[in-house]
Amino acid sequence: MLEFLKQPWPWYIAGPLIGLTVPALLLLGNKSFGISSSLRHICASCIPAKIPFFQYNWKKEVWNLFFVAGILLGGIIGAGLLSNPNPVVVNPALADELAGYGITNYNNLVPEDIMNWQSLFTLKGFFLMIVGGFLVGFGTRYAGGCTSGHAIMGLSNLQWPSLVAAMCFMIGGFIMANLILPYILSL
Amino acid sequence: MDYKDTDLEKRAQDAMCVNESRLEHKWYHHIKYVIVGIIFGIIFVKSEVISWFRIQEMFRLQSFHMYGIIGSAVLVGLLSVWLIKRFHIKTIYGEPISISPKKFNKGQIYGGLIFGFGWAITGACPGPLYAQIGTGVTVIIVTLLSAVAGTWLYGYLKEKLPH
Repeated sequence: MLEFLKQPWPWYIAGPLIGLTVPALLLLGNKSFGISSSLRHICASCIPAKIPFFQYNWKKEVWNLFFVAGILLGGIIGAGLLSNPNPVVVNPALADELAGYGITNYNNLVPEDIMNWQSLFTLKGFFLMIVGGFLVGFGTRYAGGCTSGHAIMGLSNLQWPSLVAAMCFMIGGFIMANLILPYILSL
Repeated sequence: MDYKDTDLEKRAQDAMCVNESRLEHKWYHHIKYVIVGIIFGIIFVKSEVISWFRIQEMFRLQSFHMYGIIGSAVLVGLLSVWLIKRFHIKTIYGEPISISPKKFNKGQIYGGLIFGFGWAITGACPGPLYAQIGTGVTVIIVTLLSAVAGTWLYGYLKEKLPH
């Protein structure tokens, strides 16, 4: 059983389980699934700076911070107790492309060749981690949600603005991954 | 600090559900959300959703994996929400379940594109950032802090941005 759990889980197991998060949160306390809001609650609790957008009673949304703390713990358990001993298997075409940028280490879910403390202080690392993270935080809040809040929760509730947002996530991702990221990885 | 009646309205500017509960809970009632988070985080790791490589495959149309996960998650979510509404299912505390609608504004287009750029660079949306830190890649703490900074700048510039 444990050996079975250590294998990467197929999409038809993981996808429905992720989908069940929606009713789980609704049934436990009438909470809508959404993760990027946690970033706003962190701002509201730590650095509100009298900005109206952060002047609200964040303690009423504190469940969301407990939820993301759980995700972090889940990461520890998933990588510790249930870790897959084999490298991540990717499409050979991607492996070929990435090898051209010196990315050959597949031992971790995050590419250790380019995302580590040393590379943080290089131009490439600056774009990948600091600029990338900044765009995630700015963009999700501007859009009013991320993959969980819009693509999963919003679409589950048949909200057309969420469909617009989800399509823009994908368009942005396609443009970045195919047209711009190659230049960043070549730095 | 004193929060006026506008508090609910202000929190509602978010995608977040802001349904007011009349029930007062002790802090340990939040542990159930930690548990849901833990299960969710484990699924994230084991399905490799939090893998930078899987996100690169997705945006190069080199693998069905991520499309299958998001697609089947939405289908299960759709069915669940439909059942909850159809049968007026209540929470475990007996409160009615209501889901606030999402209002359209241009932010979903501009912000959506910006987030898409960030998603393809970092290989992570906000949820996976937390899980990646959990897997031991401590440098992602910097990415998360940078995302907090991005959120803060959005709050700072909100009134000046087109919506």
